[in-house]
Amino acid sequence: MTLAPARTSILPDRITTPTLRSFLRSVPSVDEVGANERVAALSTRSIKRESKRAALDLITRMIDLTTLEGKDTPGKVAQMSAKAIRPDPLDASVPSVAAVCVYPNMVRYAVEATEGTSVKVASVATYFPSGLVETDLKVEEVSRVVRLGADEVDMVIDRGAFLGGEYFKVFDEIRRVKDACGDAHLKVILETGELVTLDNVRQASLLAMAAGADFIKTSTGKVQPAATLPVTLVMLEAIRDFMDATGVVVGMKPAGGIRTAKDAIRYLVVLNETLGEAWMTPDWFRFGASTLLNDVLMQIRFLQTGRYSSPDYFTKD
Amino acid sequence: MAIEIATPATPPLKWDYAGSKESADIANIEERYGLFIDGEFVSPKSKKYFPTINPATEEPLAEVAEAGEADVGDAVAAARRAYAEVWGPMDGAERAKYVFRIARMIQERSRELAVVETLDGGKPIKESRDVDLPLVAGHFFYYAGWADKLEYAFPGIRPRPLGVAGQVIPWNFPLLMLAWKVAPALAAGNTVVLKPAETTPLTALMVAQIAAEAGLPPGVLNVVTGAGATGAAVVGHDDVDKVAFTGSTAVGKLIATQLAGSHKKLTLELGGKAAHVIFEDAPLDQAIEGVINGIFFNQGHVCCAGSRLLVQENIHDRFVDKLKRRLSTLRVGDPMDKNTDVGAINSRAQLEKITELVDSGRDEGAEMFQPDCVLPDRGFFFKPTLFTNVAQSHRIAQEEIFGPVLSILSFRTPEEAVEKANNTPYGLSAGVWTSKGSRILWMADRLQAGVVWANTYNKFDPASPFGGYKESGFGREGGRHGLLAYMDWDEE
Amino acid sequence: MSRLDVRKTYKLYIGGKFPRSESGRSYPALDADGEVLARVAQGSRKDLRDAVRIAREAVSGWAGTSGYNRGQIMYRIAETLEDRRGTFVEQLSAGGATKKAAESEVAASIDRMVWYAGWADKFAQIYGNLNPVAGPFFNISAPEPTGVVGVIVPEEPALLGLISRLAPVMVPGNTAVVLASERFPMPAITFTEVLNSSDVPGGVVNVLTGFKDELVPWLADHMDINAVDAGGASPEQAIRVQEGAVHNVKRVVLPSANGPGQSPYRIAAFTETKTVWHPKGL
Repeated sequence: MTLAPARTSILPDRITTPTLRSFLRSVPSVDEVGANERVAALSTRSIKRESKRAALDLITRMIDLTTLEGKDTPGKVAQMSAKAIRPDPLDASVPSVAAVCVYPNMVRYAVEATEGTSVKVASVATYFPSGLVETDLKVEEVSRVVRLGADEVDMVIDRGAFLGGEYFKVFDEIRRVKDACGDAHLKVILETGELVTLDNVRQASLLAMAAGADFIKTSTGKVQPAATLPVTLVMLEAIRDFMDATGVVVGMKPAGGIRTAKDAIRYLVVLNETLGEAWMTPDWFRFGASTLLNDVLMQIRFLQTGRYSSPDYFTKD
Repeated sequence: MAIEIATPATPPLKWDYAGSKESADIANIEERYGLFIDGEFVSPKSKKYFPTINPATEEPLAEVAEAGEADVGDAVAAARRAYAEVWGPMDGAERAKYVFRIARMIQERSRELAVVETLDGGKPIKESRDVDLPLVAGHFFYYAGWADKLEYAFPGIRPRPLGVAGQVIPWNFPLLMLAWKVAPALAAGNTVVLKPAETTPLTALMVAQIAAEAGLPPGVLNVVTGAGATGAAVVGHDDVDKVAFTGSTAVGKLIATQLAGSHKKLTLELGGKAAHVIFEDAPLDQAIEGVINGIFFNQGHVCCAGSRLLVQENIHDRFVDKLKRRLSTLRVGDPMDKNTDVGAINSRAQLEKITELVDSGRDEGAEMFQPDCVLPDRGFFFKPTLFTNVAQSHRIAQEEIFGPVLSILSFRTPEEAVEKANNTPYGLSAGVWTSKGSRILWMADRLQAGVVWANTYNKFDPASPFGGYKESGFGREGGRHGLLAYMDWDEE
Repeated sequence: MSRLDVRKTYKLYIGGKFPRSESGRSYPALDADGEVLARVAQGSRKDLRDAVRIAREAVSGWAGTSGYNRGQIMYRIAETLEDRRGTFVEQLSAGGATKKAAESEVAASIDRMVWYAGWADKFAQIYGNLNPVAGPFFNISAPEPTGVVGVIVPEEPALLGLISRLAPVMVPGNTAVVLASERFPMPAITFTEVLNSSDVPGGVVNVLTGFKDELVPWLADHMDINAVDAGGASPEQAIRVQEGAVHNVKRVVLPSANGPGQSPYRIAAFTETKTVWHPKGL
């Protein structure tokens, strides 16, 4: 087993579905109403000018700019990458985003387009978005995208197996994918919209972290609801407890459905007040988004000029 | 137990969003207010005025009148006449529409009322805006709807109003306590003489203005500002039929003494020392929020505050660690800052009381924890505080502190939790956190408290009755039961 | 030269919108003297079918609002009604009422809406309760909305009759498909404009004008309607409703001797009582 010692220190001695079941049940239960209230209270934080500009800047740097459509082409990926590197053609002070996120067949074009820049290439893998394929094939796909140059791998867990109680299968897949990642860092997508309950989200978070996730991620974006604030809160609390128990830092990425700067700022508030100042960095928090970027650029422009902006002044991709 | 956490390669942003100030421009506070008697503002016959200050800055906000015996007499006379000639005989459906108007106007002017409530009392603007004001409007709406349905409220009786209600309210929720008192009284057909607390008179005076604007017939609602003597005059006046008081147990007892032998009906809502019980299977992160809310909401100036934490021993250390960490994220400061979580203590006197009790806690051997936070250099402020190693006999476990101070004790079994929870002369509220539904209901049956919150805390609704057991008072406010205090009927 | 007025087309109200009948038909609404006042839509069975589908979709949203919220919306309806008194007085007068009677009917309608609005956050307190069962159990009975209610409004009084039958249906969270007065349909359509400007979510109330004899059988037989208020139906229509109700065991309220009065028990008729048990123990 190639898991870091800290992670294994909290796992049961023998890893089987029954032992994992007890392990997962050790997480505290989650009261949905209470979680929603905490999130609602944090959403009333009022962020003014200077702190807003700082936040918008950080959000930009945290974005994994994403295109995951059947109709993606090398041209589309090249254009998106250009935008990822230089989001606002009229303003060089706007920083690059964290990464571009694409399907495996598009990885080589993304790598080419971002060569020599700070923008990383993240590839979805494991037969995203459903993941309903044999484990061997999923691991093979991961190896392939890593060979093609992906810096980051976004995998999906087998939700059917999780909901059906096959915890060993879910765990083992993540562990094997992590092995295949090599130096690439692994984000594990829980697909919280399909897990539905916050208790499931909490347990799946622990399972993924114990199995080797570098990041836990909410959604594929293909299922509604995608990222939500309550789900994010619960995942951050799971990360905090995991960190307290093992010292291992696991990052978090909400993805899908975060369309406006106002939404993104709310996520940052939840992050800031749950995990603290040290977490306000793209090393440990990302936004999986596409339309978000333009709204952030419009808000930055508004703060600079004092005039409400128009979509016409920003490139569509 | 601290584990070394790696630092990120990309330096984190130090994100500061303090100082998002709500503008006070919307508040039209006058320099001086008279008494609201018989539908208009009049100068006090006592000729006396006193200032009300902003406890966050110690700056004076306005001068209000100090009603003397004669002024109170005028107010009661106006209320009596309005009751006999106008409000008592009025059809319930018409009364309802007056109260709906007031509710609607409170809704329309919510922001302004919230700002004045914060300036006058010290509570954070986000609380007055998001909690107090919606509940205030809600109470008026709720009781408006009962005014023409009283015969359905309790089967088998033909209710009638009591007459003139004398109501004395505290400074911790000035507008909300006004709503809790005035709305059911008016809906049931009574007229009112209201004495707001001396440190927080302004929003009551604004409601008086709203009532006048709503066309409420003169004399139906009267507001007489003043201090203890004014309150005593209202309570003691012969022509008052019903007395309602919310405040300290000590003053409640004085009032009950004063009323012994009189014909007046009485309800009291007094102090509390609520037990907040956390079992090992509680939804922990939400329980932390519940505990924080339970004692730091409104700076702990809450009669039903969860001021005694009873945590199951086998999760004590872990829970207290999480609590301490969470205390460090509380923002203490300017109540007009929209991001402030804990505002100002209402008065110098209250600040002194809290300080004295906290000192006693340390002296008696409990261990104190306060987060590092910078308090403003003016105004009355106190750091959120928790004590561990607290014994049941310590003063901080027995006496109501009415401030942001949590005393933490532990228990081993549910029976022990119940015993400790009930081991107090108070009985207003209690909290229980556990995943097990049957245990919630078992605990609720045994806790001697008028309000039991399970897996939540400090939840209020106009439809939900609130009030205490034992020395926390008697009578209920809110809900169908809240009408009882203001109705009379004949038996078969 | 006198000014030519712009005549209004009266359409159906379904899903928060004002469509014409899919059948393309309309019929004349006549005043008391038989003169044409306007043409109104003649609803068809397909319009009814669409209205029921939309009413069903709207149930979870409306039933999911708090009583307070529903009360606020119903109170808002009263405010808007008050604002448009003049129009209603005119329409009721055209229908033959004296101006005084019309004003009185409009005032009563507004007050009735206010009365029912006030029940939304209280009804459960008089109709639901804890049950003191023998045994260590928490046992509570609470009223829930039955779902989609078909409402047959009496021919007269055209406004008060409509509100008296519709308001108690709305209070607990039901959605409604309403068959308006055939003879005096205009107040019903004007009322839907009031609903539309009062924050009532689309689909909660749907109103069809048309011929009751044509539409009642389809309403009666529809398998996705939970209850029918036949209080405003003719005796023959009421029988037809009962016969159709049998197929999916609809709850039926029959015409009674009570006039358009008000009572919380009219609300009760459109609720289901749910009783929940839970043990009390360690």
